[in-house]
Amino acid sequence: MAKLNINGKMNDVQVEADTPLLWVIREQVGLTGTKYGCGVAQCGACSVHINGEVKRSCAIPVGSVKATDKIVTIEGLSATSSHPVQKAWAEIDVPQCGYCQSGQIMAAAALLKKNPQPSDKDIDEAMTNICRCGTYQRIRAAVHMAAAGMTKAGSFVAPGKSTSEV
Amino acid sequence: MKNPIRDKTNLSRRKFIVSSAAASGGLALGFHLPLIAAADLKSADGAATEVNAWVVVKPDNTCVIRVARSEMGQGTITGLVQLVAEELECDWKKVKAEQITPGQNLARKRVWGEMSTGGSRGIRTSEDYVRRGGAVARLMLMQAAADQWSVPIGELTVADGVITHAASKRSTTYGKVAAAAAKLTPPDAKSIKLKNPKEWKIAGKPMKRLDTADKLNGSKIYGVDVKLPGMLNAAIKASPVFGGTLVSYDEAKVAGMPGVKRVVKVNESTVAVVADTWWHAKTALEALPVVWDEGPGATRSSAWIADHLKEGLTASGAYAFRNEGDALKAIAGAAKKVEAVYSTPFLAHATMEPMNCTCKISTAGRAEVWVPTQNGEASLAALSEQSGLPLDRCEVYKQDLGGGFGRRGGSQDFVRQAVNIAKQFPDVPIKMIWSREEDMAHDFYRPISQCKLAAGLDESGKPVALHVRISGQSINAFVNPAAIPEGNKDERQLQGYSEKPGDAQLGYTFPNLLIEYAMRNTHVPVGPWRGVNTNQNAVYMECFIEEVARAAGKDALEFRRALMGKHPKHLAVLNAVAEKADYGKPLPAGVHRGIAQFMGYGSYSAAVAEVSVSGEGKLKIHRMVLALDCGHAVNPDQIAAQVEGSVAYGLSAALYGECTVEKGRIVESNFNNYPILRLAEMPKVETVIVPSYDFWGGVGEPTICVVTPAVLNAIHAATGKPVRNLPLKNVKLV
Repeated sequence: MAKLNINGKMNDVQVEADTPLLWVIREQVGLTGTKYGCGVAQCGACSVHINGEVKRSCAIPVGSVKATDKIVTIEGLSATSSHPVQKAWAEIDVPQCGYCQSGQIMAAAALLKKNPQPSDKDIDEAMTNICRCGTYQRIRAAVHMAAAGMTKAGSFVAPGKSTSEV
Repeated sequence: MKNPIRDKTNLSRRKFIVSSAAASGGLALGFHLPLIAAADLKSADGAATEVNAWVVVKPDNTCVIRVARSEMGQGTITGLVQLVAEELECDWKKVKAEQITPGQNLARKRVWGEMSTGGSRGIRTSEDYVRRGGAVARLMLMQAAADQWSVPIGELTVADGVITHAASKRSTTYGKVAAAAAKLTPPDAKSIKLKNPKEWKIAGKPMKRLDTADKLNGSKIYGVDVKLPGMLNAAIKASPVFGGTLVSYDEAKVAGMPGVKRVVKVNESTVAVVADTWWHAKTALEALPVVWDEGPGATRSSAWIADHLKEGLTASGAYAFRNEGDALKAIAGAAKKVEAVYSTPFLAHATMEPMNCTCKISTAGRAEVWVPTQNGEASLAALSEQSGLPLDRCEVYKQDLGGGFGRRGGSQDFVRQAVNIAKQFPDVPIKMIWSREEDMAHDFYRPISQCKLAAGLDESGKPVALHVRISGQSINAFVNPAAIPEGNKDERQLQGYSEKPGDAQLGYTFPNLLIEYAMRNTHVPVGPWRGVNTNQNAVYMECFIEEVARAAGKDALEFRRALMGKHPKHLAVLNAVAEKADYGKPLPAGVHRGIAQFMGYGSYSAAVAEVSVSGEGKLKIHRMVLALDCGHAVNPDQIAAQVEGSVAYGLSAALYGECTVEKGRIVESNFNNYPILRLAEMPKVETVIVPSYDFWGGVGEPTICVVTPAVLNAIHAATGKPVRNLPLKNVKLV
């Protein structure tokens, strides 16, 4: 039995205390935007926010989460995909297969909350989730764009296109 | 001598291939099924009208465009819809994509053609008929307007889904004439003149992807997210040793664990726990005592496999794929000889979404799967065969893939497993998900190989001969032995070295050339891995060319150019990358360049890498420039995305990728011991697209193979030493 505050809603779940938070979110609460990728906190596909910090939910036993802890999943980041990170991700067309992107977006949102103007080095250190399609170059550009959008109230700079035709 | 392990594996594989081929042959011929009338195959909106198989029009002028190929992130949906929309002349802002099912395709005599999505063929082998599909719909819609106004169709113009008769100042929309258009006899698709790609307005442009929105808010449903009423979950474990079998398991030990329903045998080598949730199933599976007969494969190790391949480098009886002049004699008599032996390891696909499949077998005699698949019709064939139900009682609901890379194409092992479990739970949907560990342990790995190369130079440093001998495992020997003439003439393993133009042609000419393949199979299952054999073969060719150029005292770019006179397209791409990368201009202190070019999937690729190696041997890849001639460029921004991704995929393999074998099983089990490139290690990538507009080449795979040799050649420049064995994590650079 656990009480979980997820996306502002209290959930009572019947589950063993050692169940990873990831699987409670996916199977008991029914929010499947948070993904399983490795189960050992390596890939970050399961990233959620707990009290504003990004955490890898596959390695957190649900029994260690308190009812007062505020959990936010990708579904709760914004009501209309309007978070600056989501807008920048859309503007640059970051996702390929998209499977890791919930985790990437949650990691980027947590980074920008702490550090609204991250340098490339800050992004290197904070954005450690695995993307097998290799969208890293666009993730970096989108984090910078979201940072600009957060300070300029939604006015996005044009994406730095990497394509040229000769 | 017979290899009992290999023979056993091949026997079951062969059986599978024959029966699958029979099933897909059936698909190709078309079964005697009633055609579903167009009206019965409505889009989600009941008011929509199907004009033809590719185009459905709604009253508000929205055009729903059908797609048969699978989406795994490579942007195929967007590209194919652009091609249809270009000929349809509809309003791009009102376009929606809709995926058809293999059952629908079969019922309508494969009106949507091939569904298989691999070999970078998604666009290049369907561009013609999808564009004609769009053009046919356009002509039908225009004819309906012409009929309504009693004017010749030739007097009408169309733009953005609005049809205009200028003379009478009348206009109408696709939405208004769609119902009338659908009743017309379609014009002959083959007789239609398609647009010149240089005049494209929608295709050829960097349109935004059509499938991004639900990837940003968690609402996209992947195979692992499928939920059905009454569904149970399965966790699965196959014999850790390839070729091993399941002897017994002790169900009583886990029967009382939370949520557990039953433990079931899946097939001769696999057991599954079925429970209310996947976490319960997996937890019980880990606690389940299982006895395996590991079989003869248990004696195999990486060291044994390396020796097995090494023997093939010099053994007699190899297949001489190209034998022009007398390379061995020319090398023996050359003023200078260069020799080297290279090796590349087994690799796992490691898609972010592990293998999974949800299956329901109903007592009413219907079988359904919800599955991420690169080949929906192969999934349908596997479902029919494994369930014992005819194809028209089966359906496959394709889920967009959380990565494919060749793993989810022909093999369909996950469908067969899910069906075998679901058969034991009639009318109950079963969602089977592999753990990451199972996914690493039971891949169809990129084949392992070694390569011995020798070249001869004359006094002036000009190459007189090249000899390439590859020894290694064959994909076709595992998946389709019938495709190998005389048992050893396996051209597929020599991808990229062909004399023939068009697909994977070697870009160099040597006065004497010998290219050989010695097939050396193991008990490890192998399969296509994004880029397949171009990846290893480009490393061998392009790193050795670098060694030969250095031995000749020549610049690597000039040395290549001198060999490429007969291959202008290869050369043009090499020149394009050199120009964009400022090849020849000075770099910052400590930074070094490497260059490479290769051809695969009908496209020409080249790369320049800029790297530095610290005094402690730490490698940093600063910048990569890649050039690609894929003939026609359907979406330049998505091509750039594929090129960027190919750098990450190539570098993961170059830096870290290695599956090793101990006691017959794969050692690497998760991302902690099978590392993947992360953002901090990603170099700046610049993409140069050089379309030559006279062919259709692939995009998803061709650039991967030039990434690693460009980096290795840059390392060679930095350290003065070649790197001949991958991955780099095992190599001391200084």
